[in-house]
Amino acid sequence: MMLLELQQRMMKAVMQPLTSSNRIAPKTPAGRPMRIEVSKFITPNDRLTAIERLEIYSRSYWFRVLESLNDDFPGLRAVLGKRAFDRLSRAYLADCPSQSFTLRNLGSRLEGWLRRNPRYAGSRQALALDMVRLEWAHIEAFDSVAEKVLGPEDLLELGPSFRAGLQPYIRLLALEYPVDELRIHVNQASEEHGTASNAVLKQKHRNLTRRVRRLKRERIYLAVHRFNSIVYCRRIAAEEYGLLNALREGQPIGMAIQTGFKNSSVTSDEERSMLEKWFAAWAELGWLCPPERVKKEKVTE
Amino acid sequence: MPANRFNGFTEYGTGIGLRIPHYAHIFEKKPVVDWFEIISENYMVDGGRPLATLDLILERYRVVQHGVSMYFGSAEPLNREHLRRLKALVKRTKTPWLTDHLCWGSVDGAYSHDLLPMPYTFEAAKHTARKVRQARDYLEVPIAVENVSSYAEFHCSEMTEWEFLNEVVERADCGILLDVNNIYVSSKNHNFDPYEYLNSVPGERVAQIHIAGHSKFTKYILDTHDHPVIDPVWKLYEHAIRRIGPTATLLEWDDRIPSFDEMHAEARKAEKYNHAPVAAAS
Repeated sequence: MMLLELQQRMMKAVMQPLTSSNRIAPKTPAGRPMRIEVSKFITPNDRLTAIERLEIYSRSYWFRVLESLNDDFPGLRAVLGKRAFDRLSRAYLADCPSQSFTLRNLGSRLEGWLRRNPRYAGSRQALALDMVRLEWAHIEAFDSVAEKVLGPEDLLELGPSFRAGLQPYIRLLALEYPVDELRIHVNQASEEHGTASNAVLKQKHRNLTRRVRRLKRERIYLAVHRFNSIVYCRRIAAEEYGLLNALREGQPIGMAIQTGFKNSSVTSDEERSMLEKWFAAWAELGWLCPPERVKKEKVTE
Repeated sequence: MPANRFNGFTEYGTGIGLRIPHYAHIFEKKPVVDWFEIISENYMVDGGRPLATLDLILERYRVVQHGVSMYFGSAEPLNREHLRRLKALVKRTKTPWLTDHLCWGSVDGAYSHDLLPMPYTFEAAKHTARKVRQARDYLEVPIAVENVSSYAEFHCSEMTEWEFLNEVVERADCGILLDVNNIYVSSKNHNFDPYEYLNSVPGERVAQIHIAGHSKFTKYILDTHDHPVIDPVWKLYEHAIRRIGPTATLLEWDDRIPSFDEMHAEARKAEKYNHAPVAAAS
């Protein structure tokens, strides 16, 4: 058997979903007995059959990728509940196995997959999608590139035709649910996991479940960013969201402001005051960067 | 060999793996550590905390890069994006040598994130050696390949694991990261004599040694890196040092990670053996 064929056959067997009791599947997708398929390339020893030897790898693979998804999407787990999250994770990983050398990217296709497979979130599809988008934005904001920050000297020429870029690590989200608050509660609950008693943990879990059930639709805009290497979610106004997106697209500041306030009902005084506040905050947080490098980043994405 | 072309002619002593739970201790107490081994993939990112933390470590400590997903043995070609990111990291850390595993783990673009065992065939050895050479030429740093723990063997194998290791490193002209715990684990899982394996390793190619703990199950042993090193593995290590000479040694501990001091103390047990005089290869 050539190297490529051996690796294809073994990988197919390793990546085939486990049974509900976390054992290797008894049959291949083509319906052949797995023990016969595996015994064609793996030898038994005096203690283990060929399929038992392969099962060590198969279980290890599934436990590793499931744990990784569990670590990256605790908010989604809270939204769906443990069992539904486990079902979703196994189905997603079967459809979208890792295509990257790093597990960091394991959830990169989850949003698109969940849109195509709404049955895994049921009546909580919109909430689940919002949480997936927020949690993936967290991952991206954590370690994406930071460009040189525009300093006061760069902003001397600030005028309507001035172009500024937005730091590539910032993720802008328009969401239907206030999942940022829910995610904070999930984090608090998991932080207490190592220290609290079982009774306290059960109560916390019940509180979290209740919070998910009672969560009301509320349009929110978020900038997921990082400051001093820590990821934060910042609620922003709809106009600020529009303006920042326009800057990211490369619009000059004058046009970006028009875009941001296009459907806004604020007065011109209010607009001026908002802009002053936002630009001051962006400067403090280092959100603005030169536009050229950002454009290059977008091309190579 | 204390210093050779496969470890950049360095004489590093006892290192430990750089792990997140120890960051606070390291930055606060600034302990004396010969060197840290980092998992390359954890720092092959564009920015943020991983790189900021690494830069702080590099200000004070020597770092050697250890990879887990180059997959020299995968039938598919090397991943260019992986190599590009790895080279950027090599420039950042100035690692004197770089290690990854003698295994495969991806096929047709799908990644297992595991260290899957090689079939010990001449075809696989030739292919693997070619990829090691390509990586070394691109990265411009000495490469050493690590023997992995394994739980399965293949019908198509044409040689023993140690013969395969020798075949690859000779063809690639690369170094060896000798994992004595992995030799022990595989010897139990596949019923071979670990000393026969050790005695066949070309000592002049050993750039570094790994030691670790493992977990014993009824029918097999699993390389879990979550326990102290057991005595039979220390004995193998002692034998390796006697054959090869004092060698840069790294304790791997990846799960149920103890305090920094406990982990460092476990690693430094190696120093009892690592000053032994070189004896003639037996």
